[in-house]
Parts: sequence; structure tokens; C-alpha cells
Amino acid sequence: MTPTTPRRTLFDKLWDAHVVRAATPSAPAVLYVDLHLVHEVTSAQAFGELRARGLRVRRPDRTLATMDHSTPTTPREGRRASLATLPLIPDDARAQLAHLAHNCEEFGIPLYALGDDRQGIVHVIGPEQGLTQPGMTVVCGDSHTSTHGAFGALAFGIGTSQVAHVLATQCLLQTRPRTLEVRVDGRLAPGVGAKDLVLAIVAQLGVGGGTGHVIEYRGEAVSALTMDERMTLCNMSIEAGARAGMVAPDDMTFEYLAGRPQAPHGAAWDAALARWRAVRGDDDAVHDASMTIDASRVAPMITYGTNPSMGMAITGRVPDPAARVEGSDRNGLAAALRYMGLQPGQEMLGTPVDVVFLGSCTNSRISDLRSAAQLLRGRRIAPGVRMLVVPGSQQVKRQAEAEGLDRIFLQAGAEWREAGCSMCIAMNGDQLRPGQLAVSTSNRNFEGRQGAGGRTLLASPLTAAASAISGVVADPRALSSELVS
Amino acid sequence: MPKTPFRPFTSRYVVLPGENIDTDQIIPARFLTTTESTGLGRHAFHDWRYLSDGAPDPSFPLNAPAAVGARILVTGRNFGCGSSREHAVWALLGAGFDVVVSSQFADIFRGNALGNGLLPIEVSERMLARLMDVATSTYLASLAVDLGSQTVQLPDGDLVTFPIAPFARHCLLEGIGEMDYLLGATGEISAFEDARG
Repeated sequence: MTPTTPRRTLFDKLWDAHVVRAATPSAPAVLYVDLHLVHEVTSAQAFGELRARGLRVRRPDRTLATMDHSTPTTPREGRRASLATLPLIPDDARAQLAHLAHNCEEFGIPLYALGDDRQGIVHVIGPEQGLTQPGMTVVCGDSHTSTHGAFGALAFGIGTSQVAHVLATQCLLQTRPRTLEVRVDGRLAPGVGAKDLVLAIVAQLGVGGGTGHVIEYRGEAVSALTMDERMTLCNMSIEAGARAGMVAPDDMTFEYLAGRPQAPHGAAWDAALARWRAVRGDDDAVHDASMTIDASRVAPMITYGTNPSMGMAITGRVPDPAARVEGSDRNGLAAALRYMGLQPGQEMLGTPVDVVFLGSCTNSRISDLRSAAQLLRGRRIAPGVRMLVVPGSQQVKRQAEAEGLDRIFLQAGAEWREAGCSMCIAMNGDQLRPGQLAVSTSNRNFEGRQGAGGRTLLASPLTAAASAISGVVADPRALSSELVS
Repeated sequence: MPKTPFRPFTSRYVVLPGENIDTDQIIPARFLTTTESTGLGRHAFHDWRYLSDGAPDPSFPLNAPAAVGARILVTGRNFGCGSSREHAVWALLGAGFDVVVSSQFADIFRGNALGNGLLPIEVSERMLARLMDVATSTYLASLAVDLGSQTVQLPDGDLVTFPIAPFARHCLLEGIGEMDYLLGATGEISAFEDARG
């Protein structure tokens, strides 16, 4: 019998293709990075280290910076933004943005600064520009780098020390993670989207259940997702603790990339396509762990607690800590409900809402805005509710305006703002006041995440829109029978 | 990042109960507009540690008199989940901690901690529960940490070993960082780039 080649998963192939120096018993592998995305919050100290050591950036051509986290999203009414003209920005945030601009200039890194037509949330602009491509390794000093896995890339968040490593050497020291297959059978029902699916997956895995693993999403329901939806899915892999999430590329992926500014063109496109078609796991490759979920049983989801795994079908009732077996689990849930001001057994539907946030690297792409707009068209948001609509990038903003979506949001009484991370991270002026309750399309409902004392319910763009209209947590399916997610 | 070799030490420990303590609790995002890695210690656990008027909350474990000078934090499973912000590690170091003991660490947090000389010690759920119990029944409970032998000694003299990757252990004991190792691979990195064209 001839020895057979071990069957390899998509992750195995991506990993193997990027090993510069193999792991030894005494040191982890040296892994090559194809694309390094940089933003203002997690890079300053890394550039500082390079400067202190007299090092240069090894591959500025594989590096791209933007400004997104600490930038205000205040409407600029046609005025072009620049650091000098930004309104209402604290000195420390302005200094941080100026730092990034200076560092990019000194080290020769392209920067999509405020005022640039390509500026936006780092995980929105990479794919939108065609920079994120199948088979790549992508890193950024941001945990939601997992978003880029939607393209069949191995993409993960890193700390600032590692940002310095990649800047200087284009490599990272990495211990090989295990793989977790999440197979999603069947099809999502009308009114149920990728956000609901990933909230259901995170609820099933638990907030630490994916730790040490890279997730590969597979199955009929995953293949049926658009690229925007796959990005939403991969984006929240980190909310189960996973290092990364990925989907094998297919024709949907290639169609998305075709013609994008930074995607290959002409003969290079044909060569890339041939390469990309091979970016898939072997049919019988075995993952270290596996879970299955039936898409047809996923309902619109809502969270009730203070981590993203504390979620349930929107029609459900808040769980009772007393029913939990493990003491630590019981205490955690009880503390979460205390913070959220919710009672065990209560319905989430009908809970009064103060703020609705549509945006973030999870749900700020054009399809997310269209999804919400189909409910808001011709309707008004409830009196007393503040709704922020924050496009993920300047390009998404222009596209939405070309389609008239901005008019729909404004006529409904919502705010139409500039691109940025906004109220997902609340370090840019957009934040909840203590005690306020928000339905948010972002990715984290941690205590104070959207502002000290603020309370967050994570949900899809459709549920966010339905809740804004109703003034209370609302099931989008109750507002329309013809929903497209 | 300046580093110093990690030496054995004995210190009191602070217990922060609760699982899944995320990086937004360790250092809220509004303190991330800094371009330095120092000065974050006073903001560690800010929204749990201080009352709304800015005064320390006496019921928060880090504010207890016995916590003064403690270099070890003992806390629940999945510590450091959430964002990649290395500021969380800088805040803990700034608050005086050199070791965090838990039954599970989030991946990015663990990497950030090791890269800055903050030692994450992973113990079993049972051992974690025991450490938490000892702290409630013993005034000024302390632990002796020895990275060289990968052991923690409990107040009653029991020795517990903990796992750590050989490379991380070497870097901490020698006070060196990953950057030097990577810079040492420059020739191979160039060869890798050349081979891919």
C-alpha cells in the first residue's frame, strides 16, 4: 500500500503555505503575513518600538492604514474632513490621529485618512478595495480582523507588540491553533440573516467555546450567503473566542472581487483565479472539532446579557439564573441581568428602547443599510428614540446616497452620519448615557461597551430597524411579510 | 518594550471573582486614545473600581486594604476575552500585577501578556476554586511563583505546576522579546518572499 497524503483542511493549507520557519519543540512557527491593516488606536506604540530600534517597515506595499476608531462621525454636511477642521474632537484623539498620519508618512505606509474617499472601518475597506483576497494571511491590531476570513483568508487580530513584529519583519510567531468545523445545513428563513445565524452559533458555542480554534463555516446555508453576509458571520467568530473564522472561496467570492481597485486585473486576474480555485479543504479532511446547526430553525436573535453568547430567539424569555446548574454560570447570568435591568422570565419583545445603532464592522455595509431601509421606507422611528445610521466607509456612504437610502433614514427621523466605528466602541463621541438601552447591530454587549453604564442588545439590521420604528424591542417579521435579509 | 528577566517572587494575591471578564472591563475604550503604554494602571477596571463621583468603590476587591502591593490577580475562566487591545495588559502591569491566575485565558490576551512580561498562569477549575477559598479564609493569603520550575506554592505549602510554552518561558526568564527572534529569521523571510515571486 502506498502511503496516502494526509487530507488537509482549508486552514491547514493556508497555514502550511505561509510557514517561513517551521515550529520546533523550543519555538513556535514563523508565519508570513500577506496583508497588514493598521489603525490609529493599536499602532502608535508599535511605530515607537521601530523608531527606538532604528527599524524600517519591511513591506509598506503589504500594509495599509486608515482612521476609524477614534474619529467622530458627526455629519459634515458636505465639508471635507481633515484633522484641522474636525469638529468636537478631544485633544488626545486628535493627537492620536495626527500620530498615525505622521507615522505613515515617516515609514511610507499608504493611509486612507479622514477626508480620503476610501476612508472607513478597517474591516470594511479591505474587502471593498479588493485588498483582502483568497489564500492570504491578514492581520490587524483589532480582534474583528476575523471578518476577512469570509474570503478564504486566514485573518486574525493581534496585539500592538505583534503589530511591531509585522511592521518590522512581515512575520509573526504563531502556535498552530486547532480547527473547528461549523456546518450550517438548510436555509435561513425570510427575515433571518447572517447576524442572527452568528448570534445563534455564539450562543451555542459559548463566549469561550472557540478558544484555541479557527472556525471553518461550511454547509448549504453558508454557501447561500452573500459576501457581505459571510463577513458578518466571520466577523463575530472572535465572540466565541475563536482566533479566526473562514469560508472557502467560491464564484460568489470571485464575482465580488472582480473589478475592485486593488484586485488583480487582466492576465493577473486569470492567474489569481486559477490559484484561488484551489483554496479549499480536501473533501474528507477532518477537523479537530465539529458542530452542526440547522439554519431553518434560526429565528431573529436578540441578546439579553453582557457577553455575546447571552442571546436567544427574539420571541423567547430571559433565562432564569436559578435554573443554571453551575454556580459560576448562575452568578454570571444573575450579574448580567442586574446590569441589564432585566428580570428572569420576562419577554424581550416590548422592552422600551432609547437608542438604535446601525453600524460597525459587523453590519455597516451597503446590504445592511438596504436591509434596514426596506422597513424604514415611509415609516418614522418612534418618538423619543435616537437612531444613528453609520455607514462603514465613505464608499458605502456614497453608494447609499446614490440609492437614496440616506433620504429614507433622514425622513424616518434617524441620523445619517460619517463613516467610522462610532457607537460600537464609544471612544469617538458617539456613546450611550448611563442607563440607556440600545438595540445595536454591533458585535459586543459587554458592560459599558457603548458608553459607561449603557446597556446593549445585539441584533440584526432588520431587528434594529423594527425596534426603532416600534420604540421597543420588535420582531421584524411582525412589520412586514416580505423581508429580505 | 524594555523587559526584565522574570524572577521568582512571593506576593499576596487579589481575587476578582467572575468569569469571562472582557478587555472592556480591564480597560474601557475611552482610555485608548493614548499613544503611550504607560499611565494606564490607574484606569484598570475603571468602571468597577471607582464610584460615579470618582472615589474608589470600597466593595471592589482591588480597593481592599489587603490588595495594596499585591502582584498576583486570581480570576475566573476566559479572562481577557474581547478585543485585542494590548492596553489591557499595560493597565494590569501599571496596576502592579506581574501574574494573572485563571482557569482559561482568551488567546489574544495570553499572547499580549507574555509579550509584556505579565505571566498568565493557567490552573484547573478545582485549583482556582481552592485559591479563591483560601483567600476568603486566610488573612493576606500569598503565593510563591517560580517560572523556572513552573510552580506556584500555596499558603499551606502545596506545590502546583503550571504549563507554559517553552519559548515563552525562555523569553520571560531571559527578559528577551519575540522581535529579536523574528529579526534573526530575516534571511529565511527574504528567501520565502523570493520563492513566491
